[in-house]
Amino acid sequence: MNFAILVYESETDFAERTDPVRAPAYMGAYFAYSQALNAAGVAAGGAGLLPPATATTIKLSAGRRRVQDGPFAEAKEQLGGIFLINVPDLDAALQWAERCPAASRAGVEVRPVLPPPPGV
Amino acid sequence: MTPAEDAIERVVRESYGRLVAWLVARWRDVAAVEDALSEALATALRRWPVDGLPERPEAWLLSAAHRRLIDAARHMKVRAAAAPDLADLAAETSTPMTFPDERLPLLFVCAHPALAEDVRAPLMLQTVLGLDASRIAAAWLTAPATMAQRLVRAKTKIRDARLRFEVPEISEMPARLEAVLEAIYAAYATGWADPLGQDARTATLAREAIWLARTVADLLPGEPEADGLLALLLHCEARRKARRDAEGRYVPLSGQDVRMWDHSVIEEAEQRLAAAFAAGRPGRFQWEAAIQSAHAARRRTGATDWPAIVRLYGALLETAPTLGAAVAAAWAVTEADGAAAGLSRLEALPAKETAGFQPYWSVRAEVLKRLGRWDESAAARERARALADDPAVRAFLDERPKA
Repeated sequence: MNFAILVYESETDFAERTDPVRAPAYMGAYFAYSQALNAAGVAAGGAGLLPPATATTIKLSAGRRRVQDGPFAEAKEQLGGIFLINVPDLDAALQWAERCPAASRAGVEVRPVLPPPPGV
Repeated sequence: MTPAEDAIERVVRESYGRLVAWLVARWRDVAAVEDALSEALATALRRWPVDGLPERPEAWLLSAAHRRLIDAARHMKVRAAAAPDLADLAAETSTPMTFPDERLPLLFVCAHPALAEDVRAPLMLQTVLGLDASRIAAAWLTAPATMAQRLVRAKTKIRDARLRFEVPEISEMPARLEAVLEAIYAAYATGWADPLGQDARTATLAREAIWLARTVADLLPGEPEADGLLALLLHCEARRKARRDAEGRYVPLSGQDVRMWDHSVIEEAEQRLAAAFAAGRPGRFQWEAAIQSAHAARRRTGATDWPAIVRLYGALLETAPTLGAAVAAAWAVTEADGAAAGLSRLEALPAKETAGFQPYWSVRAEVLKRLGRWDESAAARERARALADDPAVRAFLDERPKA
């Protein structure tokens, strides 16, 4: 069963990604985590996202395109990336989630991935 | 009652939780299992009076419910995401002579940390005892619709997020077991508020909480905290009748007539507690039970050993520093070392937390009275009275000499 580990990052976390002093450690932790997922054979995909300053929100209302600068909701923590893992149950997913570097910072959210429609 | 109704009632009383647990272990869908089982019971009620009682009623119900689940899965009514292969499950439908007891994993999944805290005990009562949502709601003083919604939400999460259905590994056991025990303790505390059992539902809740505690303790013989909780609940239950006088007035522990205590229940509590401490791994519930045991010793000695109780509270506060324990410890200190020492314990507690905590103001009123600080004592008593939910406790606080 697939679970998504949604990685949340604060403004300072996002800043650390490119901080010349801290970036190697910060990004290195994610690299190591990603390697561990691969080595265990549970990695099923994912992507890191650029900071929320690069986000654009779009919504169609009455057929008109409304484009807005910024992320969907203003919040202290923003989505910074997503890991997809394949494990038997939530308990196993939570064990992986707690090893994610963000778990000891802003936090991560774990959600089951919508199963494919029947017959697919 | 007809013999068939009789047999069905007996099976439900004795085996409901085991039937649900066995089916949930295979289907992971608590709501679908409950539906299938209640349909099987309805069928039994129709068929047994005509066909005669089956040789093994439990097995009959189990396969009837199991077949319904398979049918439902074939019609996509039940999401058999967890059911690996319908054929495998169908093969298993041949009525097992005996079926393994999987109530323990069921209890652990009900008290899973991924579920909201306020739904854990209700869910345990519903799945293991078959209580309906409105009865549980009444016991928790919650609107039936709210409770039903909470239960549905939890069951959906167990199914869709695939919560693990098994007894946790040793490394996780202490934290997970604590959640199970806390949920049972919360259920008992809810029933405790109504000592006379004027409300049949809350009295039942206290009994059912003890039943759950006993089930967990018996299923996990190597876990002393489970025995500790059972001992604690039995000690409290043994004093139920003594907590009110003939007129229904509140009687504090110190004023209780020891002849009103249920001595055989106390004996069982003592045995469980001795067995727990013998394991050499004390914990919160064992210390709490030990405090109750020290109070219960008054039935033999006629006196209360307050210094011993103070030491036990010290151990409890080191393990589980809760506000309730800190306030109770302050009272024990008052009895052992005098009111001045007790008051300084009370004043060391954070004001933000004590502001709305009824026992704090109740104890404070008594301590100040012993110090002769009448006005402050009266003010504290007023506050305690305003915070008391239990009308008998309010009346008790009214009656205290205004000095």
